[in-house]
Parts: sequence; structure tokens; C-alpha cells
Amino acid sequence: MTQSKEPDHLQLNSQGRLRHFLTLDGLDRATLTEILDTADSFIEVGKRSIKNVPLLRGKTVVNLFFEASTRTRSTFELAAKRLSADVLNLNISTSATSKGESLSDTLQNLEAMASDMFVVRHSQSGAPHFIAESVTPNVSIINAGDGRHAHPTQAMLDMLTIRQHKGSFEGLKVAIVGDILHSRVARSQIRALNTLGVSEVRVIAPNTLLPVDIESLGATVYSTMKQGLDGVDVVIMLRLQKERMEGALLPSEHEFYELYGLTTEKLKYAKPDAIVMHPGPINRGVEIESAVADGPQSVILNQVTNGIAVRMAVMSMAMSGQTAAISAAASE
Amino acid sequence: MNIEIKSGRIVDPVNGKDEIQSLYVSEGKIVAIGKAPEGFLADQVVDASGCVVSPGFIDLCAYLREPGYEYKGTVASETFAAAKGGFTAVCCPPQTLPVNDSEAVTHLILDLARRAGFSKVYPIGALTKGLKGQQLSEVYSLKRAGCVGVGNSGRPVADLNVMKRCCEYAKTHDMSVFVRPEDVSLASDGCVHEGAVATRLGLPGIPALAETVAVSQLILLAEETGAHLHMSQLTAAKSVELVADAKKRGIRITADVSAQHLLLTDVSVSGFDSRFHCLPPFRTEADRLALIEGVNSGVIDAICSQHQPHEAAAKQAPFAESEPGISSIETVLPLLLGLERAATLSMDVLIRSLSVGAANVLGVQGGSLAEGQNADICIFDPNKQWVVNDETIKSSGKSTPWKGEELQGLVKATLVDGCIVYA
Repeated sequence: MTQSKEPDHLQLNSQGRLRHFLTLDGLDRATLTEILDTADSFIEVGKRSIKNVPLLRGKTVVNLFFEASTRTRSTFELAAKRLSADVLNLNISTSATSKGESLSDTLQNLEAMASDMFVVRHSQSGAPHFIAESVTPNVSIINAGDGRHAHPTQAMLDMLTIRQHKGSFEGLKVAIVGDILHSRVARSQIRALNTLGVSEVRVIAPNTLLPVDIESLGATVYSTMKQGLDGVDVVIMLRLQKERMEGALLPSEHEFYELYGLTTEKLKYAKPDAIVMHPGPINRGVEIESAVADGPQSVILNQVTNGIAVRMAVMSMAMSGQTAAISAAASE
Repeated sequence: MNIEIKSGRIVDPVNGKDEIQSLYVSEGKIVAIGKAPEGFLADQVVDASGCVVSPGFIDLCAYLREPGYEYKGTVASETFAAAKGGFTAVCCPPQTLPVNDSEAVTHLILDLARRAGFSKVYPIGALTKGLKGQQLSEVYSLKRAGCVGVGNSGRPVADLNVMKRCCEYAKTHDMSVFVRPEDVSLASDGCVHEGAVATRLGLPGIPALAETVAVSQLILLAEETGAHLHMSQLTAAKSVELVADAKKRGIRITADVSAQHLLLTDVSVSGFDSRFHCLPPFRTEADRLALIEGVNSGVIDAICSQHQPHEAAAKQAPFAESEPGISSIETVLPLLLGLERAATLSMDVLIRSLSVGAANVLGVQGGSLAEGQNADICIFDPNKQWVVNDETIKSSGKSTPWKGEELQGLVKATLVDGCIVYA
């Protein structure tokens, strides 16, 4: 039957190496493990007095943020700079497209500036995919979060954090709590956790914050923290947008916190050595109690540190895949 | 002008005919089948051996884009594409600029169609002024100008009280009301079917409930007001069930489905390819099968193209930001012939759904090859293969999910009122 190609078809070159990084769909365990291993090797770079390596020297990385994000953009910028790339930060929502220029026109202009890599954040699901379809073979696209679809580097930094604390993924039970419906992070995490071989991924949320048929992604649904957190090794809290706490999705901040906020008491349902994660920024007293966010089981700041290493890994792998693809095309 | 259509397989569901015969046309009318009338001298002979000769197809929904959106298509370009697709008549929704809510716009469209001369055009007038869903259009004037029905062009009237008044007023003037059933609040900002694919891709979904709730309301409105309501482009299994039940109860409801909804499901959308961005969205396999069953059982009266030509830039955007709709009028026949070869639809049902079914919905002549009828005829080779590409697609809109694919079934000639408008 006629259908469009899967979102992953673009991101591997003919040798099966990363060429773009758009989604975790279709990436196998070996590729994800390679990302984690490469990221591990870059953690050491951040501890040096001279914090860079020359892997992207002479390359131009453009941070194309169609949606505001200080944290993600900063870590991508730092990652690119630690790889010795030239970095251009563009906040597109307030420049070209607001003057009526189409996305395609904006991209063509940026390509004409001989850019090598676009890091793209966009409010529309599939936008980085669209851009990857449009650009020349000399540009790699890294998805820095698109709509509700994917946030693959965030998921991979979470995986790195889990591996650092738990050693491996085998046999782990992981609970993801909160606004699954709107979360690109959750979708990528569920994919990554299943690919890496955890024994169970749980999502905990009221039905209004669950997308239809979330089970098809490989997650078990729970509607109470008591049952959902029972015996888990990892608790991943999601950020809840303030505007969703009123109206038809949730009755109030207060009721959400009472039922789904992670408190010291509720954390006791999980294993005693369970780690607590959050992609940030945190709404203290809404998703998570301060005592938990700052407590001994919290690894939230580790996630931030790991974010730079993971983004360095993905950028260097995609650039290497791009170079290989261009060489292969030239030799044909 | 006398034309002999020689030795074709004549399929005429209305008259129960499916046989290899010659058909004779004179002065715009069908004058004989089988044996030439005495003294008939053909000015032109069309060899239809190996081809099917059927009543010309009638499309209940094809956007012609003119006036106002000529960069997407014109009445001339899209009626030529219609003729190439075997359609001898098309209904065009009122979504033009200005909106077809006045006699002047209706006259303009009809005039452009006459001048182009490729297919008959039956305009659908706007149900509400400017399609804003607030104030009744001049339904009587639109009827007088040549509109065959009124509708809101895929923009459902959200206010049920307004919709009730529209039905009452349309009933007063015996005008059919064309509605694409959708509850606006349930559809929200969705762009694909709400299901596993939407969840995986993170695209906002439109639940089937958005359609079925609206179908239920519209059936009740039709029952209450006595107006004829035509449900355009059904997509959900439950809708077929509701329409079947309403018809059994004698309510004046008719329905159509687009050919592409008989072929594609939400799985087709998997890769964010904007060519698959259509509204209403493609639904599940169970829905698709129920729609086919609805066509076979006659609950769904007609198959339309829902042809929506777009300029290239309209589709060059992230999925949800791209404009919905595909160029489809030229692929309806080969797609349905694929279902016929798979024994999913019979040739009889296929032709019926594309001709007399639509004619009956509109209350216009057509859909029959009986002697004395207007010679609106489609001659197609069901085995001819062709590749869908920018050259073979005659519509100004080139966006189709089947681009690059080889389809089987091609129109050889189309006659409108006895004139060969495409060959």
C-alpha cells in the first residue's frame, strides 16, 4: 500500500551510520549504545582545563531555534564549541519567518552560507524531518525537539544518566510521570528504553494527559502513583506546562500535585535505590517536591552535564556520517 | 456530429447492461446501442475494443480554485483534468475568493466552465455568507443562478442553531445541503487520525468521534427539518452505520466517500510526508473496509475525488503546516479499478458510484447510457498502465501520494453532450 517513508529513513547513510539525528525510531541497540559510549568518552573533555577537541574544526553549526529554549540551545552551543565548530545561534521565531519568509527560503539562505549542520527546534512535529528532506547532502540535521514528536538527544542523555547509575538497562523498570500527551521527551524515552532492553516502561498520568494507544509504543499505563511506582528503578518526571493546569486537561495545579506530584512519601513506593530524573526546567511543588528534587536520589544535575557529552557525541557521529556519505557519492 | 463508439464493453448499471456492443451518438444524444440507426453515417469512429464504455463520471467534490486561487488551478485547467479522469460533470465547493455566496460568483464559474468546454460544472453555493457559519446565504438566488446545492465547503457550521436555520431555509427552496461532518471542538487543531500513528509521530489527532458526533447531529437535523442532507467524504465505520440506520428510517440522507479514503489508512502517513496530509484524515483499516462495504451496500451513494489542486509551495512545509488535500481527479478511476481487480468492488458498483449515484444525489440528469440520454460518456482502458508524474497529471496541482507509481486504468476518451472533450 502507498505510504510515506518512515521518519527514520533519512537519518542513516548507505553504510548504516548516522547522517542526521531526527528520531530514535528505527535506530538499533548497537547505534544507541555507540552514542552512549561516545558520549562517555566526551565527559572527560568537560573536565579538562582546555575543554575542546578538534573534531568539528572548520565546520559551521547553526542553532535554528524556531521555539525558545535557553537550556537546550546552550548545551548544543557548548557541545559544538567543545568540538571546535563555529556556531551561529538564530532565533528564527523573531526574525526571518516573522517577516513572511518561508521555511524553505530561510534554509536555502543558511545553506548558501556554507553551513554544515543545523540544530533544529520547532513547534511542529516532523519539522526537522522536512528540513532534512530539503537540504543538500552537505548539511546534517540534529533534532533538538519537534512538536510532540521527538527529543532524541534529551532521551539519550537520560539513557546515559541511567546507565551511569544503574550500570545497564537489563531488568530495569522505569516510570515516566506526568504530561505524556504533549511530551516529545516521553515518546523518545519510551523508544530508547525499549530498544536498550529495559524490562518495563510505565507511564503514569490521568487519561487526559495520555495520547491514544500509548501502549503501542511499548508502555504500560498506570493512573495512580502507588501502583505505577511500585518497585521501579527509575522515576522520570515530566515538566507540566502551566497553561495545561486549567480547563479541560486538569482541574488544578493543586489536584495534580496531590495525585501525581513526586513527594518523599510517594517516592517510597519505588525501590529504595531508585533514581529521580527530570528534563527541566522544574516546577517545584507542582511536579516534584523540592526535597526530592534536591534529595539524594535526584540525578537531575547529572542529566544537564550529560547533555553536553551526548550532544557532542551525536554531532560528531552525524558529521562523520555526512562526510562518509559525500565520499561514497563522489566515488560512485 | 455523429460518433460511433465501436465494440466497447458497455457497462450501464441503471439499465442493467454489461455487454460488448457499439454505441451511436448523434446531435449530443445517445441514439442507439448495438445496431446503428437507419441512415446513420459516422463522422467519427472511436475504436473502443478492449475498453469499457460507461456513463460519464460525476464528481460530487472537486475544488476548481477559480476565482481567487488561480495559482492553484483554474476552472479550465481542472475541468480538463476532470475530463482526463473520465468526469463529464463536477461539483465545485464554494471555497473561492470571493466565496461563492452570490449569483455573480456562480455566474462567473459557470461562464468560465462554458468557455473552457471540458466538463459540466455544478457549483455548490455557500451555505452561510463568506462561509463564516453565521448568516444564511441567499440560497434562492444561488439556486436561480445555477447552484445545485449549498454547503460550507469543509468548514462545519459550529452553531447548531444556525445549522438548523440553514436546513430549514434550504428545505424551503428544495436545495440540498452538503456537509462534511465534523465537530469543530473535537477536531480541534488535529491534522491526522487520532490513533497509534498520531501518537508515535506526535501529531495532533482528530478522533473518529469528531465525525460520528456530527453525523448523529446532522441526521437528527435532517429528520427534524425534512431537508436533504448530503454527508460529504465520510471516513469512519461508525458513520456508515449511522447513515445506514438513518436511511432505513426514511430520513433524507445521502453520503459519499473519496476514492483515496477507500485506499489509504493512517498508517500511510507514517513519514510526515505532506502529500498524505488530507482532511478529513485517513483512518484505520477497519474504517477503510467499512467504507468499502458501505459503497457495496449502497449506503454510500457515490465516490468522489475530493480533488484539491495546490501549488508546490503549499506542500513544502512541516506536515501540520502544509495545506491539506491532494490532486486526485485523475487517479480516481485507476485506484478504484485496483479495488475491482482485487474483487473488492464490482465493475457495476464502481461505475454506479461514479455516475448514477452522484446524479441521484444532485437530482440532475446523467449516469445512464439509455437511448435519448445526453451523450456524457467515458471510455476507458482498464488494463492500460501509466506512470503518475508531473507530465501525465494534467491538473495544475501535482501533489499526489501516487507520484512515481504505475497505475492501471486510463481514460481513452471523454464525451460531453456528444462532443469529444478529451481523447
